[in-house]
Amino acid sequence: MLQIDTWKRVLIWLVVVAGLLMALPNAFYTRVEQSNDARAAIELGNDTPQMQVKAAQWPSWLPSGLVNLGLDLRGGAHLLAEVQVEDVYAARMDAMWPEIRDALRDERSTIGTIRRQDSAPGEIRVRISQPEGMTRALQVVRELATPIQTLAGPTGTDIEVSAQGSDIVVTLSEAEKLASDDRTVRQALEIIRRRIDEVGTREPTIQRQGAKRILIQVPGIGSASELKEIIGTTAQLTFNPVVSRTGDAESRVGPGEKLVPSLDEAGTFYIIESAPVVTGEELVDAQPAFDQNGRPAVNFRFNTTGARKFGDYTLENVGAPFAIVLDDEVISAPVIQSHIPGGSGIITGNFTVEESTNLAVLLRAGALPAGLEFLEERTIGPELGQDSIDAGKVATMVAFAAVLVFMALSYGLFGLFANVALIINIGLIFGLLSLIGATLTLPGIAGIVLTVGMAVDANVLIFERIREELKTAKGPARAIELGYEKALSAILDANITTFITAVILFAMGSGPVRGFAITLGLGILTSVFTAIFVTRLLVVIWFERRRPKMIEV
Amino acid sequence: MRLKLVPQNTSFDFFSRWKLWLGISAFMMALAAGSFLYQGLNYGIDFRGGTTIRTESAQVVDVGVYRGALDPLELGDITITEIFDPTFGPDQNVAMLRIQAQEGEEAATASMVVEVEAALKGAVPDIQFVSVESVGPKVSGELIQTAVIAVVLAIGAVLVYIWLRFEWQFALGAVAALVHDVILTIGVFSELQIRFDLAIIAALLTIVGYSLNDTVVVFDRVRENLRKYKKTPLKDVLNISINETLSRTVMTSVTTLLALISLYVLGGDVIRGFVFAMIWGVIVGTYSSVFVASAILLYLGVKRDWTKPSNTAGNQYANIDA
Repeated sequence: MLQIDTWKRVLIWLVVVAGLLMALPNAFYTRVEQSNDARAAIELGNDTPQMQVKAAQWPSWLPSGLVNLGLDLRGGAHLLAEVQVEDVYAARMDAMWPEIRDALRDERSTIGTIRRQDSAPGEIRVRISQPEGMTRALQVVRELATPIQTLAGPTGTDIEVSAQGSDIVVTLSEAEKLASDDRTVRQALEIIRRRIDEVGTREPTIQRQGAKRILIQVPGIGSASELKEIIGTTAQLTFNPVVSRTGDAESRVGPGEKLVPSLDEAGTFYIIESAPVVTGEELVDAQPAFDQNGRPAVNFRFNTTGARKFGDYTLENVGAPFAIVLDDEVISAPVIQSHIPGGSGIITGNFTVEESTNLAVLLRAGALPAGLEFLEERTIGPELGQDSIDAGKVATMVAFAAVLVFMALSYGLFGLFANVALIINIGLIFGLLSLIGATLTLPGIAGIVLTVGMAVDANVLIFERIREELKTAKGPARAIELGYEKALSAILDANITTFITAVILFAMGSGPVRGFAITLGLGILTSVFTAIFVTRLLVVIWFERRRPKMIEV
Repeated sequence: MRLKLVPQNTSFDFFSRWKLWLGISAFMMALAAGSFLYQGLNYGIDFRGGTTIRTESAQVVDVGVYRGALDPLELGDITITEIFDPTFGPDQNVAMLRIQAQEGEEAATASMVVEVEAALKGAVPDIQFVSVESVGPKVSGELIQTAVIAVVLAIGAVLVYIWLRFEWQFALGAVAALVHDVILTIGVFSELQIRFDLAIIAALLTIVGYSLNDTVVVFDRVRENLRKYKKTPLKDVLNISINETLSRTVMTSVTTLLALISLYVLGGDVIRGFVFAMIWGVIVGTYSSVFVASAILLYLGVKRDWTKPSNTAGNQYANIDA
């Protein structure tokens, strides 16, 4: 018969109350947001009376999770960047060259003299004068390889060594490339995160997408190009020995050397050794400053190993020029005046104050391990977002009202039960969205509106079924019971199939589409819950009180 | 007094001309496919790369002025559309510019956007750029691929689910209805040249979900009635089932349409295309569960040895009590 155990009733009400409580903060969005921000600031030590007042706007014992608003609702910038993972291969191989050279030199008796040849980036090509000794040479170089450890155990070594005529060719192995790509992307992600944090914006999304891509969404920022200035620069700082200075952009360079332009003197080029003496990775600090002439500059300090290398080099090369290179452009190439032991220095150039401040930020956050290519850029103005929110709100309200009225007209009292369940349903969707910290997008709002329309479906199925059962005159209680029982398989089948499409949409989609899939999927869960538990409970409670002999659905 | 869209007991004969209905559906699908092949979809930048800029100004949009300002930049194909919407304020004049993907560029470069913005500012001083989006051709190619895979996967998953829960004839009928809905929706988009972007794919998948929802409810009743009326011809069983669920079908379609129409009118122009696709999908989806899915079921026939007791196969959820 129509009976629901007390513990089940309590459980249903508990779920409803918990869901509604979690949805509550969204009704006071601005207030809760300010309060949350103030609490975060106090946590960080910024404890002022003003902050306390702001924090007290929302009682701390209430849930304070909010639905995140997507970029299309809040405004901001979106970038999809692809990390140029191949950039790293060349640097890796250049770094290996001294090791290979030293190892081969020890075998001079069997392989003769060695000479590095020009080659594609990411490859080292060494010619030996006695090709008979090739076997030995290959063996020596192969000994330099280190095994790659993965979770699945060793999967080979990091380099591949082969012979082509009298050349030894060394490249990274495929397995090492994969591992290196993964490291590069993860590093890039970390650096981007640090840079955005340095600038201090609210709730940025920085996610890895696929093997080589990074998705960056920063709400509240003015434009995508602003964002690109912060994260798009590699900021690879190196200090390289200068070979010569030239005005010819076509100058021939020897192996292990490269030609780079000067940053502020057009038409001037430097030939520098590609292997740097010290790199930006060994910096511990960088601050904007002014040089002795009062021009903007950047002060920097090395860590101990960096300071030692820098000190040693300046000691041995007094009088020689030394290039400060940023992203393959020479900022300046001062002549070393004396031994610089302290490990700190100053970069001067034709900077504006803003540029020097930016450069300091970039150097502090660290260099990107590889360049970024931007595949997607979107800027959404905050006004457009606000317009969308307003339009979405109005549309949802109207949709909601229309459905409520329609249901009441069609099913009378039972329609009212369904309406109560529908209101609870919307509350639960927002509660769940806040709970999992999901992002609400404009298509997401459409998903909610669609749910409003479709959520009544389960109730409609049940009510229509009850109507049919009433015709066979088994009495109202039995009709209600059978109505729920027989409608169940249709409800479940229908909703499971829709849920499957929501899951696929979530898995394959990105950005706004994903937002839609989330609200659609959650909407299905909550509407099934409200239809088969909440309305049923309402109907049963009503039935117990009234004990009607006749019911009309 | 109750509002009743469908009378209490109906006995429409839906299958007296089922071959005709199937024929009409096939013809419509051919028409849609023809439109798609002949004039193609009006792909948004998500699918073919390029840049869109949404502008707002207090002055009335004069497309000629905009075009004149941009012509010297030689950016290739540019479309400029003025957008009207009941939600706009009186001095809110909105235009949408679409610039094709520039050759040799992965994403539209900031410099191009800056040039465009400067040129437009010169022509219309108070112009504002409320959104700027660019997608590189590399990503857009992948987006198409992902979208197609998503739709195919969804249909495949549904096929398997219905096959498991019903019989293969039901699964085929349901999937035929889905394909019908998807093709007709794509056909409408190509015929009316409404912009087809990523959000429309989401709408397509929702249509798949909705149409299915409808079909499954009808099929569920068919399954039940096949057990109940063991000797009745399939055609009559289908008719009974559809008539019994007709009231529900109409109710649900109406509530969903009520919600969608309010979103269409009041939800702003940004999602209008998306909502349009769904409205169309609800109508087509409702039609197809009767005239395509059930008609195919009739054509394929169903194995009638539903001799198992009714509470083991179909109603396995029925004993859950709340």
